[in-house]
Amino acid sequence: MSVMSQEKAVTGARAGPREGLRLFAQNRKSFWVVLSLVGLFTAWEIAGRVPISFAFPTFLETLAAFFEMLGDGTMFRAFFLTLQPLVLGVGISALVGIALGIAMGLSDRVEWLLAPVFIVLQAAPMAALVPLVTFVYGIGLTAKTLAVVMLALPVIVLNSYKAVRHVNPSLVDMCRSFQGTRMQQIFKIIIPDASPVLFAGLRLGVAAGFIGVMLAELLITPTGIGDLITYHRSVANYAHMYAAVAAIIAVSTLTLAGLQYVEVNVLRPEKRRK
Amino acid sequence: MSALAEEFDPASIVTHDPVVRVEGICKHYGSVEALRSIDLQFERGKLTTLLGPSGCGKTTLLKIIAGLVPATSGRIMVNGRAVTGPGPERAFVFQDFALMPWATVLRNVAFGLELKGTPAAERNRVARHHIEQVGLQGFEDKYPHELSGGMRQRVGIARAFAVNADVLLLDEPFSAVDEQNRRKFQEDLLRLVEIENKTFIFVTHSIEEAVYVSDRIVLLSPRPGRVSQVIEPKIDRAADPDDIRRDAGYLDVVEEIWQGLRHYAE
Repeated sequence: MSVMSQEKAVTGARAGPREGLRLFAQNRKSFWVVLSLVGLFTAWEIAGRVPISFAFPTFLETLAAFFEMLGDGTMFRAFFLTLQPLVLGVGISALVGIALGIAMGLSDRVEWLLAPVFIVLQAAPMAALVPLVTFVYGIGLTAKTLAVVMLALPVIVLNSYKAVRHVNPSLVDMCRSFQGTRMQQIFKIIIPDASPVLFAGLRLGVAAGFIGVMLAELLITPTGIGDLITYHRSVANYAHMYAAVAAIIAVSTLTLAGLQYVEVNVLRPEKRRK
Repeated sequence: MSALAEEFDPASIVTHDPVVRVEGICKHYGSVEALRSIDLQFERGKLTTLLGPSGCGKTTLLKIIAGLVPATSGRIMVNGRAVTGPGPERAFVFQDFALMPWATVLRNVAFGLELKGTPAAERNRVARHHIEQVGLQGFEDKYPHELSGGMRQRVGIARAFAVNADVLLLDEPFSAVDEQNRRKFQEDLLRLVEIENKTFIFVTHSIEEAVYVSDRIVLLSPRPGRVSQVIEPKIDRAADPDDIRRDAGYLDVVEEIWQGLRHYAE
């Protein structure tokens, strides 16, 4: 496969740059990813130049503002603050959520006990509850971490539960027929077989965690990225405001992509060879 | 070659070395009666087929023998001891293969030994031997999705042999395998029955398959499942497989079983 694409790349170089680009586009997924982003940023640039609103900066202005904030260290300080409740909250939600979800999947009683709570929590508009958290826990790290957990935990629990319930019963029978213990059944069959859905839940949970931390930083007290957004909006520094928004979106996207990479390469090695 | 099938009254079957005894097994699912007082004995070195129309409880009976499904009443004796759950003297081959998609062929075959805590070097040695036995050498590091249906079931069979159980329980093992491969499998199965001195209990809904591979066929009638007939097809296994399939005696037994079952077909 790699030999073939090399061969094609060589003939492509001989056939001229246009032909080379065509072959590159055929063989490389990254070409389409880059094309998609270029399209998005071009549309953004055009919309900014029209302009659709005086408060909407062009892509290039935003990019310049981003590098300025990166250069003077404000971006790093902001992420340092934002990532604390985020990493803590997502970490707690992942550990507790997967454990609770698996327990619910394995036992009907645990399911009956916990499922209603998490179904209600998932359905509830959590943003409305965030101000309530500040009454109880103030405006510190605890309140913000709690906001992240409130958003991330239900989706992780419910997906983990579903993941375990959809494990292939024939594999569980197979494990029993070879006298596997209950622990072997859980760790050698149920968790690996559930891992694709488990990870799908984790990805949704992490995305919800990002929503949680932004809600916390916008609604509780402005710190970190939320502070950058609030401050630059208040002084009509729109390019900087959008740079902060785009930066958190980028970090969120990269985190989710990283999670997918871990899943494919660590837990389900067979998916690498498709 | 005399291929006359002998018929027995089910109640009077006495075998010499019964490895597995099924005694008065009944199974109810709620108000549905799936099996009614089944009495059977299975001898070492023989292949017995449980045959019947769908809904006759043949897979349920096999899973009760395997200890995967509890019986409502009656008991299963293996090597003279009553069993209530799965045990090391029985190994199961699944209709849908039941291979772990995230594990290589080698790990799948060695899985029974892995669960018992056999050291990796030892279990891989045993697994490699059985992978070779089923003709899959060179595929040790492949994943199940890289194999054809027939090859996947070879992995399932190798896994069952790797734990060296006395009794092999095969639940429609070839039904998800294409026709050409199925015939090859049936011939390989006969070879395994011959060289391995094990007790085989085989479930199928194919009359031809049952007559071709079995030393004894137990016909089950549906709703509730009962033993309706026991047939011993006296077929000369030494003959060429293609001759057997054309043999008048073989065809007579197939026809006889079909006559016994046809009134159950819708």
